[in-house]
Amino acid sequence: MTSVLSLAGPAGPGFLSPTGTEIAFLLVGVVTLAAAVVTVTTRQLVHAALWLVVALGGIAVEYLLLTAEFIAWVQVLIYVGSVVVLLLFGLMLTKAPIGRSPDADSGNRPAALVVAAAAAAALVWVVVDAFRTTWIDLDGPAQGTTRVSGEMLFRNWVLPFEALSVLLLAALVGAIVLSRKGDEDAEGKR
Amino acid sequence: MTTTTLAVLVPLLPFLGAAAGLLLGRTAPGFVRPLAVLPTVAALVLAVLVAVRQGGGKAVDAATQLTPTGSVPIELALHLDGFAALTAVLVGVVASCVQIYSTGYLRDDPRYPSYAALVSLFTSAMLLVVYSGDLMVLLVGWEVMGICSYFLVGHYWETPEARAASLKAFLVTKLGDVPFLIGLFALAADAGTFRITGVLGAVTAGGIDHPTLVALLLLAGVAGKSAQFPLHTWLPDAMAGPTPVSALIHAATMVAAGVYFVARLLPVFAASAAAMTVLAVMAALTMVGSALAALAQDDIKRVLAYSTIGQLGYMSGALAVGDRGAAVFHLLSHGAFKALLFLAAGVVIHAAGTNSLAAMSRMSGLARRVPDAYWTMTVALLALAAVPPFAGFFSKEAVLVAAEHTALGDRDVAPAGAGWIVFAAGLLTALLTAAYAARLWLLAFHGKGAEAPDHGRQPVAMNAVLWVLALPSLAFGLAVTSLDDWFDGNALTPTTTTAVLGTGLALAGGLVTYAAWRRAVPRAAHVPIGAVAAHPDAEPAVSEAEAIATHAPAYGSIASAPDPADPGRLLLGPLHRHAATGFHLDAVYTALFVRPVRAAASLVRFLDREVVDTYVRGAGATTGLLGAAVRRAQTGNVQTYLSVLLAGSVVLAVAAVLVAAGA
Amino acid sequence: MHLAYPAVLAVLLFCTGLYGVLARRNAILVLMSVELMLNAVNLNLVAFDVWLRDTLHAGQALTLFTIAIAAAEIGIGLAIVLMVYRNRGTADIDRLRDNAETPGGDEADHEQTGKKAEATA
Repeated sequence: MTSVLSLAGPAGPGFLSPTGTEIAFLLVGVVTLAAAVVTVTTRQLVHAALWLVVALGGIAVEYLLLTAEFIAWVQVLIYVGSVVVLLLFGLMLTKAPIGRSPDADSGNRPAALVVAAAAAAALVWVVVDAFRTTWIDLDGPAQGTTRVSGEMLFRNWVLPFEALSVLLLAALVGAIVLSRKGDEDAEGKR
Repeated sequence: MTTTTLAVLVPLLPFLGAAAGLLLGRTAPGFVRPLAVLPTVAALVLAVLVAVRQGGGKAVDAATQLTPTGSVPIELALHLDGFAALTAVLVGVVASCVQIYSTGYLRDDPRYPSYAALVSLFTSAMLLVVYSGDLMVLLVGWEVMGICSYFLVGHYWETPEARAASLKAFLVTKLGDVPFLIGLFALAADAGTFRITGVLGAVTAGGIDHPTLVALLLLAGVAGKSAQFPLHTWLPDAMAGPTPVSALIHAATMVAAGVYFVARLLPVFAASAAAMTVLAVMAALTMVGSALAALAQDDIKRVLAYSTIGQLGYMSGALAVGDRGAAVFHLLSHGAFKALLFLAAGVVIHAAGTNSLAAMSRMSGLARRVPDAYWTMTVALLALAAVPPFAGFFSKEAVLVAAEHTALGDRDVAPAGAGWIVFAAGLLTALLTAAYAARLWLLAFHGKGAEAPDHGRQPVAMNAVLWVLALPSLAFGLAVTSLDDWFDGNALTPTTTTAVLGTGLALAGGLVTYAAWRRAVPRAAHVPIGAVAAHPDAEPAVSEAEAIATHAPAYGSIASAPDPADPGRLLLGPLHRHAATGFHLDAVYTALFVRPVRAAASLVRFLDREVVDTYVRGAGATTGLLGAAVRRAQTGNVQTYLSVLLAGSVVLAVAAVLVAAGA
Repeated sequence: MHLAYPAVLAVLLFCTGLYGVLARRNAILVLMSVELMLNAVNLNLVAFDVWLRDTLHAGQALTLFTIAIAAAEIGIGLAIVLMVYRNRGTADIDRLRDNAETPGGDEADHEQTGKKAEATA
């Protein structure tokens, strides 16, 4: 982050004189990133799920700071509310050990580290190189209020929206079919 | 019908008979015998008709071209002169006799249909050689004879001797045929045609650029086919075939083809004094060597085989002194009496149950068992020994006269040296021939000891044929005065000098052998020896096959027997051991050719197995190793795959960005 | 606000998720990492949508769709993991090596069964 901060562009407000929103964004971003790193490195599987809640919540806050409030609430509802719960259920159903498990990481870890670091370096370099002078104007009417989102969704994106509902239905059916234990004890389970 | 049509039918009929026999042999066994005998006899009748019409007059030539064949045309051509007409009659007579004889000799043989068809095919090929006026067509007949000879010699292919003999006959004759083919091409390239008349015209006009080379190349093929030194070794071994086959192929026809070929193209050979000298030396060596070898053989058919080689040597000798009339005259009379000798020997072998002269000399009364064979064989042996007035006397005298004339410079077709060589060798061989003929006769028919086994009368078909052939053996020589017109016109009648010399030597040889036999025969009682066939009542061919197969185990060698009562052993002295093996020529060939070829074959095998295969195996192993190395990457771990995939993506992305930034 | 902040944050989150996907052994932890990556993308989408002031708000719409699809994906993914766990007795990704190339098919089967026994024990 420090290297990014030092890259002050000539146009727009400089990085050395941040606005309040930017400071808040940076702080929340640091927390989010830290939570994400802990999620992928911790040896306690359940803790990983809980740290994931922190990371996803942090992203929701970032959405709010970017004035996309509807998406922020959706994020909280769906991710924090249901996806993480689902993951926790999954952990329990697969008898994941509670507490520290020494083999949470596979033998592929060094390779993963190298690939991730290389990808991060390359992407950060490219992104910073491309957008260091770009300024988002957050003033004016909020762009992600529920009203705005509803209008754009049901005016312009109705067809994909409906198609998505069919996809969700298919996923629902598929998940049920996959997780059934078998024909003979399917009756007993219902 | 014109003479040409008749002549075309002569080779065609046996060919059709052979084709029909091969086709119907399995399905209609009743037709096999008529199909074997009738076309051959018809061909004989037609050949006689052709000979009568031709009458020794001007040569009849006819040709038709089936299709254009490039620079040197190949034509279906006939060239009928006195030589062709008479030789065809001889082939017809011998082939007919052999076919009739075979119906009795191989009466129960399961392979008789194919055998008879092959004999017919062989006859057809020989007639084609005889009548053909085109060298390429002649070559076709020449090679068909080679392959038929291979099949027929190997008729008893159950025995290893027959298998080896057929292979040897094929390979040795082919060894001569390769240079023969090259020689034919060289000749045709020089003459610009394959037609015999055209070639002879070119020779007269001096159009042949390399007469010596061409003649020597052709001589190689002739030596192979006519069993002349040094390519004669296949003929004695070929006696592993059935007796009628020996009579047909190895006495009267196939081996005669070489001599006949030289007679046809004699001007080509005469154009080169070197070739004539080589031919003379070859003939002399063949004559004397084979006569000595014949004196040491124990198998009755091998004696006859070596005698065939010797008589062919006479014919070559006549050609070497440039008298083809004498050569073909001897060919005709020899064809008759040698066929008779072989066929009679077949009867004797059947009656005695053995082919060993040593065993026969310990049987008494064999002559009474087979009187027909006894009398006809006596006639034929007298003809072979050139005793007047039998056929062999006149023909052999014709050869000697020609040699004498050349030696003394009365004839200038061939160098005088060739004449001397042939003359001296011919006289020496006359002595030896009489000696081995007498030995054969005495040992086979005048044995002392147990009574010969009685197998009943021989089939009529076999005995009748013997008498038919005895007639020309007896009287053909008397036709000598009228034969001049058929040939080149040289006188064939004997002169006093040669007649006295030849007959005197023949009588001397016979008497010396008789004396030796008288001295040796008491020893026979001390050394019991002999073996007889196990199936005396089966067809004659079975007896013969068994006799051939048991000769080596019973006597230690396929050629000779350890018999102290053999007059040949007494006469030859220390030479006997070498003569019995054909002067170790087979051993020499083994050392010179067979071993190097085998060594080369094992070298090739080694190269193939160890060197070439190493590369092959190496290529396979390298691929396998590479595959194993690549396989290690396939761990089945999805995360590894994904890592590599993403690493590649990053590399590509960075490369793309760098390129974009650089551009 | 500088666009660089959300963009760099998204990049770092994405690469953190990437590391998790590649390094984690438990399949459910891998799914969590996938969620992180999806969220990084979502953040990017929203930031760019706000920056561009798109009248259709395609970025936000796509974010919503992504969230929905991610929910469906997590459901199906968990179902698959559960089934694998039921069949194999383990949800460890590096033990699911049916695609591995082994010298000789029989040995592979023995190895597989041996590992299964080991896992259940």
